Amino acid sequence: MDFLNYAFMQRALLAAVLVGITAPAVGIYLVQRRQALMGDGIGHVAMTGVGLGFLLSTSPVWMATAVSVLGAILMELIRWYGRTRGDIALAMLFYGGMAGGVMLINLAPGGSNANLMSYLFGSLSTVSESDVTAICVLAAFVLVVTLGLRRQLFAVSQDEEFARVTGLPVRALNLLTAVTAAVTVTVAMRVVGLLLVSALMVVPVAAAQQLSRSFAATFAIAVAIGVTVSIGGTITSYYQYVPPGATIVLLTIAAFFALSVLAAPLARRRARAAAARTPAGDPAECAIPAGRGSADEVGV
Amino acid sequence: MTGEPVISLRGVTAELGARPVLRGIDLTVRRGEVVALLGANGSGKSTAIRTVIGQVPVSGGEIELFGTPRRAFRDWSRVGYVPQRTTAAGGVPATVTEVVSAGRLSRTRFGLFRRADHEAVRDALGLVGMADRAKDNVEALSGGQHQRVLIARALVARPELLIMDEPMAGVDLASQEILARTLREQVEQGTTVLLVLHELGPLEPLIDRAVVLRDGCVLHDGPPPRAVGQHALPGHDHVHPHDEHTPLRTGLLS
Repeated sequence: MDFLNYAFMQRALLAAVLVGITAPAVGIYLVQRRQALMGDGIGHVAMTGVGLGFLLSTSPVWMATAVSVLGAILMELIRWYGRTRGDIALAMLFYGGMAGGVMLINLAPGGSNANLMSYLFGSLSTVSESDVTAICVLAAFVLVVTLGLRRQLFAVSQDEEFARVTGLPVRALNLLTAVTAAVTVTVAMRVVGLLLVSALMVVPVAAAQQLSRSFAATFAIAVAIGVTVSIGGTITSYYQYVPPGATIVLLTIAAFFALSVLAAPLARRRARAAAARTPAGDPAECAIPAGRGSADEVGV
Repeated sequence: MTGEPVISLRGVTAELGARPVLRGIDLTVRRGEVVALLGANGSGKSTAIRTVIGQVPVSGGEIELFGTPRRAFRDWSRVGYVPQRTTAAGGVPATVTEVVSAGRLSRTRFGLFRRADHEAVRDALGLVGMADRAKDNVEALSGGQHQRVLIARALVARPELLIMDEPMAGVDLASQEILARTLREQVEQGTTVLLVLHELGPLEPLIDRAVVLRDGCVLHDGPPPRAVGQHALPGHDHVHPHDEHTPLRTGLLS
């Protein structure tokens, strides 16, 4: 445990844990509404923010937050009004954001694509004091939203039409989800990088689903997986000279496959238990219900 | 008809894309009434109720809920809505209890559940005979059981008005009977009901009035039409156009 003596490793581990918690916490709502790749899109847009941060010599983290929040709001607006051309508009937004970032960072004094690499794929060991402060503040915001409004966000992500009839402010909640996802992207940017952010939002949720039947359990297991792989990846990268971001993502995917294999017998046991309970209501064998006869076959 | 109007549509028009779907609908549902909205696929019956809940924008006319213009209406806990079953499947597992709990949000402050809210969820599941499946994943349910869960979700806020879009579509006979019984209990307690139906089926004895739509216009408003022959059989799925003047519908817009 000698790595805990180094300040850079303390900062790295703190940042990794916060990302391990927040990324799946937001990701679960994106997966639920079948927008699993939204985090990837926001990651592309955040590039322009990083470039602007370098150009204006301000903090890339805060600049990326501002730009990706704007990008996420724009994506949500395109989803409302875009209809059939929406995906083209989104594509232009993503690649425009990416190209803008590369352009801006090259215009910045002393800027080069080398700076960009640490944001694209993460650079955990260079996380500074001020980065840690920013990450803590942003992670707190993400947790307040994803835990505090879990019932509302669940309802909107599960069935938007029904949520509207319960009087929930559906548009405001959709925007809040998008903004929270954008904030999470910038939290995770220094740890796993903009190009790998989405993996940590989506894969732990997919892995958790192998074991869970409820939303609450999926949430808890996904966060547990997120924290485990983040710490595991960070420590691995300390002992072996491997990039932490890529290690974390590969560990997450390994966790997905491991849980899939483990879950197969569990699913069989559940199916047997369900079959044992069935006789109460539904007959297991085929039966033609009374009142339905040959008329079913008659085409009118 | 002495009760005050709970739903009132006057001259409502709506378009989907450029196609007019509603061409001036008048519809009033009074307190305690059970009104069925009937019509072929594409007649505008689903669109009509989706304008009531604000899911489809209207291009003309007026809609009132409980005497308040729909745009100003905020008292959504008085309304229970059962959408067509296809809309309620997320990408993450959810239990029966979690889905039904979503219907209780209109009765909570900031989504905080108290003991009464948890009890209401259990009661609603009991009403539709799904109490023993409370912890099961909704994906593992049959079509009929899923529909019962969606009805429990609508009932959990104890609404005065139930709006249902084809509650009997794709539902097995056992569940149909449970749904009919649940609905009868609600009606006996004074709940007002507006429901879209393909055919009257097992709900026929409950229905006070039928409104038949065709091509976005009200064709009939009065006692429920008597189904005869093939059409009266409970398993009959009514999908064909009524006559040669009705263009063939794909069902995509119904």
